[in-house]
Amino acid sequence: MSDKPPIAPSLAAEMLAEFEKEWRKELRRSIPVKDRMKIGRQPMPQRPAAERNRDFAEVNSGLGPEEAVTEARRCLDCAKPACVTGCPVRIDIPSFVKLVEKGEFAAAAAKIREANSLPAVCGRVCPQETQCEEVCHLKRATGVSVAIGNLERFASDFERCEGSSVFPACAPPSGRKAAVVGAGPSGLTVAGELARRGHRVTVFEALHEAGGVLVYGIPEFRLPKSILVAEVAYLERLGVEFRMNFIVGKTATVDELMAEGYEAVFIGTGAGLPNFMVIPGENLVGVYSANEYLTRVNLMRAYDFPRHDTPVSPGRRAAVVGGGNVAMDSVRTAKRLGAEEAMIIYRRSRAEMPARIEEVHHAEEEGVAFHFLTVPTRYIGDDRGRVRAMECLRMELGEPDASGRRRPVPVPGSEFTTEVDLVVVAIGQSPNPLIPQTTPGLKVGKWGTIDVDWETMVTSLPGVYSGGDIVRGGATVILAMGDARTAAAAMDRRLREGPAGKAGT
Amino acid sequence: MPRVVRRERLVPNIHLLEVEAPEVARKCRPGQFVIVMPDARGERIPLTIADWDRDRGTVTVVFMTVGTSTRKLALLGSGDTVPIFAGPLGRPSDIGSVGTVLLVGGCYGIASIHPLARAYREAGNRVVVIVDVKADYLLYWRDRLKAVADEFVVSTRDGLYGDAGYVPHQVRAVLEREKVDRVVAIGCTYLMSSVAEATRPGGVKTVVSLNPVMVDGTGMCGACRLTVDGQTRFACVDGPDFDGHLVDWNELYLRRKAYFDDEVRSLCAWEEERYP
Repeated sequence: MSDKPPIAPSLAAEMLAEFEKEWRKELRRSIPVKDRMKIGRQPMPQRPAAERNRDFAEVNSGLGPEEAVTEARRCLDCAKPACVTGCPVRIDIPSFVKLVEKGEFAAAAAKIREANSLPAVCGRVCPQETQCEEVCHLKRATGVSVAIGNLERFASDFERCEGSSVFPACAPPSGRKAAVVGAGPSGLTVAGELARRGHRVTVFEALHEAGGVLVYGIPEFRLPKSILVAEVAYLERLGVEFRMNFIVGKTATVDELMAEGYEAVFIGTGAGLPNFMVIPGENLVGVYSANEYLTRVNLMRAYDFPRHDTPVSPGRRAAVVGGGNVAMDSVRTAKRLGAEEAMIIYRRSRAEMPARIEEVHHAEEEGVAFHFLTVPTRYIGDDRGRVRAMECLRMELGEPDASGRRRPVPVPGSEFTTEVDLVVVAIGQSPNPLIPQTTPGLKVGKWGTIDVDWETMVTSLPGVYSGGDIVRGGATVILAMGDARTAAAAMDRRLREGPAGKAGT
Repeated sequence: MPRVVRRERLVPNIHLLEVEAPEVARKCRPGQFVIVMPDARGERIPLTIADWDRDRGTVTVVFMTVGTSTRKLALLGSGDTVPIFAGPLGRPSDIGSVGTVLLVGGCYGIASIHPLARAYREAGNRVVVIVDVKADYLLYWRDRLKAVADEFVVSTRDGLYGDAGYVPHQVRAVLEREKVDRVVAIGCTYLMSSVAEATRPGGVKTVVSLNPVMVDGTGMCGACRLTVDGQTRFACVDGPDFDGHLVDWNELYLRRKAYFDDEVRSLCAWEEERYP
């Protein structure tokens, strides 16, 4: 996987031009750096844990305008901002933060949109603490970074709620058609980028709502669906056409789409195949993949059963296996659906958990129990084939493995059994094979991921591009969107110059 | 949204639904299924494709009213729409020229075996069809099936046609009488497992089209997982056809009953809303 190169010269020049604008200079002078450094990080307002762990309304309520301006004042407006290098889609972070400080919230949102087509989403689900905020110079100086993610969320919520979204300048129609397969984070990004460049874009989505993992996976309490609805409406206004319930690979193949006149195709079908541990009892009733559990609750609204027809096992004692964001989403969902005890079973220790820190904190506040260095070995069922208990093994940390994290090794004789009536397996997903299986000539790697040229995201097939989890095997929303931007730029060149152009196919 | 062209009650509790779905009609092959959601608050359920008309762009499914979703579907009329009619999903059945093929259908499966019988016949096989109905008035598509079968047997439990007795008797009778190269069974789990048990001693290859609970139908959720030959398989992408002699039938029974209590609750809630 390629580490992103340093900031492109064109972006660096744009950022410098913004940096040297008169208002920016004035704003910098208006508060001395040492005073800026004295301002404390504005806390994200959130609903009390005991109230929120019983419903699906959003946990964080967002900064108010005054808090946002105060938070923006903490930004030192560095001449060489490190935050931008930490952002996979290269948002000009200082420029948008200073627009917030100046009170120009809609302009701040528009600034973010230049690089990020789903800002309200990323402001909520990005792991900022390992990206932009990790490398923030203020963090180096004071230990506490600017709350860039919270500001991104503030600006984009302002744009959406005030109805002030600035419609981007669109290129004149090119007369070229592009197809996007999958309406997840990467697909929506490609669609927006290509539509702005004047191309006719059709998004083909297998499910009945657009958003991919943002709609079937991430729960309402973390990412309200109304945000997705607004983003999709925005794309529709740009002229993007959505074909729902259309399973590319089945309803029509990639080749058939190209034969229909789509000159460039983007495959953003994600890592949709749930992994299981292959241990005894995994097919007992009450043992779910996280995909199924979350899809039932989020996409199919099982939390509103029987008003909606799709049920889900409620679970009195719920165990969620895994330590990532999907595990946190699942365990907090189980709590909200009434589990008296909701627990995380994770084979490594707290330090190795891949979940966002905020999600772990929220889960703890909401009463989730964490069992570290524990791995399930067997599920035990009752006479109706329902899970009633799980057998686990304790682990200890050994030498670091390929991922750099210390490998968990079993402690002999440490088996124990605990009662559970709901298990959610959240140990990752594999790439969905539907398209690789039905697209002759499409090269895939060892784990079923689609091979691409990282400079252009083009696959082994000319005109066919890909990005996100189907390429990376299981990463983040923002990395998928970064891939999408790279792909969209290359697709645009191909659409304008034709296959013979220098599009890097 | 896909528009209903025709909805017809074939026999008590079994209905036919023909829907405008030109892309599905263009691509579908025998053995595949569609995911249907009856209304915006509905569940996504898999239904086997019973027929299609590529020229008119329509696809036909046949289903039995069991729970809320199928009752909702049974109330649709021509001109109504359904929010989801997606497919064709699953792997198409492997239709070969194998010799003599015995197709067994029960319940909705009587319709499901029709395109298979037609395809096997077109591929040059001798086709024997056995349909299982509880009583003679539950028989449908008799003429359609007769038209594509070399031999057509009805097994009822009231003895009006053929012998009274469950379908395995009829299967054994055919196997004793002539060499059968492949058996295909589609219907309720009990019918399919009974046929698989009947053919197990002679070892005739027996294909069953499995019907576990599904959500997305594209391999994403794993709700439809089952054990075949000791390995976990997803019916939606690895099937729905499997070797009936290798299926863990007991697990399939239990998994299909997973939501039994919820289905009753859902139906009660729906009836209260609809017939206050």
